Amino acid sequence: MRIDTLEVLLREHPFFRGLDEPDIEFIAGCGHNVVFESGAYLFREGEEANQLFIVRRGRVALEIDVPGRGLVVIDTAGEGEVIGFSWLFPPYRYQFDARAIEPVGAVALDGVCLRGKCEEDSKLGYELMKRFASILLRRMQSARLRLIDVYRP
Amino acid sequence: MSPAGTIDLARRREGQPAMGLGSRVMIDPGGLQALIDALRGAGYRVIGPRVRGGAIVLDDVTTTADLPAGWGDEQEGGRYRLKRRDDNALFGFAAGPQSWKRYLFPPRSLLWRARRDGQGFEVLAEAAPPAVPMAFLGVRACELAAIRIQDRVFAGDGFSDRGYRERRERVFLVALNCGSPGGTCFCASMGTGPAAGPGFDFALTELVDRDRHEFCLEVGSDRGEELLAAIPSRPAGPEDEAAVHRVLEGAAARMGRSLETAGIKELLYRSYGSPRWDQVAARCLACGNCTMACPTCFCHAVEDASDLEGQTAERWQSWDTCFSLDFARVGTGRVRNSVLSRYRQWLTHKLATWIDQFGTSGCVGCGRCITWCPVGIDITEEVRAIRRGEES
Amino acid sequence: MTIAALPGTPLREPMVPFRYRVRSRRRETHDVVTLALEPLHGPPLRARPGQFNMVYAFGIGEVPVSVSGDSSVESPIVHTIRAAGLVTRALCESHPGTVLGLRGPFGTDWAMGSADGHDLLIVGGGIGVAPLRPAIYAVLARREHYGRVSVLIGARSPADLLFATELQNWRSRFDLDVRVTVDVADGRWRGPVGVVTELIPRSFFDPRSAVALVCGPEIMIRFAARSLVDQGLSPANVRVSLERNMKCGVALCGHCQLGPEFVCRDGPIFTYAQVGHLLAIREV
Repeated sequence: MRIDTLEVLLREHPFFRGLDEPDIEFIAGCGHNVVFESGAYLFREGEEANQLFIVRRGRVALEIDVPGRGLVVIDTAGEGEVIGFSWLFPPYRYQFDARAIEPVGAVALDGVCLRGKCEEDSKLGYELMKRFASILLRRMQSARLRLIDVYRP
Repeated sequence: MSPAGTIDLARRREGQPAMGLGSRVMIDPGGLQALIDALRGAGYRVIGPRVRGGAIVLDDVTTTADLPAGWGDEQEGGRYRLKRRDDNALFGFAAGPQSWKRYLFPPRSLLWRARRDGQGFEVLAEAAPPAVPMAFLGVRACELAAIRIQDRVFAGDGFSDRGYRERRERVFLVALNCGSPGGTCFCASMGTGPAAGPGFDFALTELVDRDRHEFCLEVGSDRGEELLAAIPSRPAGPEDEAAVHRVLEGAAARMGRSLETAGIKELLYRSYGSPRWDQVAARCLACGNCTMACPTCFCHAVEDASDLEGQTAERWQSWDTCFSLDFARVGTGRVRNSVLSRYRQWLTHKLATWIDQFGTSGCVGCGRCITWCPVGIDITEEVRAIRRGEES
Repeated sequence: MTIAALPGTPLREPMVPFRYRVRSRRRETHDVVTLALEPLHGPPLRARPGQFNMVYAFGIGEVPVSVSGDSSVESPIVHTIRAAGLVTRALCESHPGTVLGLRGPFGTDWAMGSADGHDLLIVGGGIGVAPLRPAIYAVLARREHYGRVSVLIGARSPADLLFATELQNWRSRFDLDVRVTVDVADGRWRGPVGVVTELIPRSFFDPRSAVALVCGPEIMIRFAARSLVDQGLSPANVRVSLERNMKCGVALCGHCQLGPEFVCRDGPIFTYAQVGHLLAIREV
């Protein structure tokens, strides 16, 4: 039975592919394994945004409660996806609730730790920013496409 | 088999000697009257040009006196006037506001009628009188080309329009080699005139000057040849043939417009984003006159209706225009909201996509769209501008 | 006196409908109904997956509707209709016993036979899943003839998902990868939320030979087709089902033109190689 250290996990994850070994070690040092049971919150709207999560198994819903309408799920992150980007920029505050809608196993990365390292090490910072920007671009395009409301009668 | 789709119009017999197909005779206006009488005697309804309401329109003709003797026309972008000629020519004008499509593909016609019954409904045979065979008198070269084009649309490969076929197959067609091109004409550019192409029973060339008024008549079909027996004529001699030639050469040289057709399909396929469309869209009213006047435009609506009690339903066919806002829809929405897109659709279809669809251009150079556009938009000028836009 | 157009014979009178009775009716969502139709007389028309019929509501009008049932089943003919306008509302309100008119089948089909041996990506959005269902049935009937098969479905919300029960059955098969996403959901939804194109990169297929069948709103088709081509599929292997207002269904009335194509005759199924450039032109 192989016990996956965080380093092994991160090295195999497409998001971190191409990073140098020392960087992967450092990032692994910023992270730890977390488990959420179905229904538990990873973070809530308004909370200080200090972490990002890489989902290893299960599914996380990004949701918000709209008064008069109820709970609205606007995005989900499944296996291998990243959730929680508000740690990147001030005011470092989560905009939505993130809730496990199945049992979730994830790697939580310390945002403060990562932010500090990126300021110091601009090369690593650039590599990480490229990766985050790529995800954000895809997310934004997905959101824009849904904004067009293509299935509208 | 003539090239005009599946309808064998000319019924040419190969290798027939003189006094058969292709033979030419000379008739005078009295002979033309005999021609009209023979056609009516054979049961045809003769339709030809007449003056009415300040224009030359198509209507029933019984005598040569009905024809627009001595009338000509002045045509320009957005302008049409009749003017007196200094001779008595019976066909001395260019294309009028109407085309023969109003008879072959009427503006409105019933497809079928149905009645509710115990088994839902029953489609009844159309309760219309049988189509009276029509004789078209004076189908200009460009107009004959337009009929050939519509033959490909309505009676080509694939599904055909039953009504069109029935009317078309019974038409006796007297074509006209054109001697009086107008200010908006460009049949020479489109290769459709001034000499009439295939598909006629007779082709007339009017020869009129101080000394004579005659018609050279060319036979183009078996039934034309049969009818010729009832028409007094003399054989055409070399001077007559030369006179016909002169008329045609003169007409080809007097075209009011021209359109360069080399590479036009590729040009327009490249030009969906041309700034010229904005320019013409600022002028175009999307009134659809051009599509109504055009002899090849075929787009039509299929409409279902019922009586107030919902017991009888009918399906009608009626002329439609791609300039209408509702013409192209996807789901419940309109595809071509801007006038720009609709003008672009019309011109690109007429001169480019038509070629991919039917193997020929959709335009015959009759100039009607230019003459009858209220703001005088000129299809030849638009194409020229698009070409120039590329070169700069 | 009736016009002599016998059902089952080649259409000599293409504008005259054959009478079909509604055998059964099933409500799929709040605005979508599936009707099963059988002919009053004679054998039923045979439509291939992807083709459509012109469906007539007596005295009201006629609309093009793709077949949505199993093409190997002769009768009934199945149509899934969304109530969006006057005619479709009337069709959706018809009940067993109502007699409708049918003309067809018209148009090109998904050409399932030519996809033999290939991986398949079946991408459907909204009501677009209906014309794809016959293709899915055709695949399942000859499953061993295809490689990996992914069915990717998108809808506005969980309440708008078509054929929910069948979707569940397909999802439980081991030889199908079925993924369903919705644009937005409420707390009861346990699946992915996002646009259907996001499902494409996560599917398994050999891009060099995979064949994709795409149907849905035209914007969704544009984005999905582009995403498929970005993933390495050949545009000639991406088949899309387009829609325009058909009035005659037989390429005579001119309304359904898209560039030089008559969608009723040269489509509704096209390859992206044929129409990709046309889809990119505004208001064409």
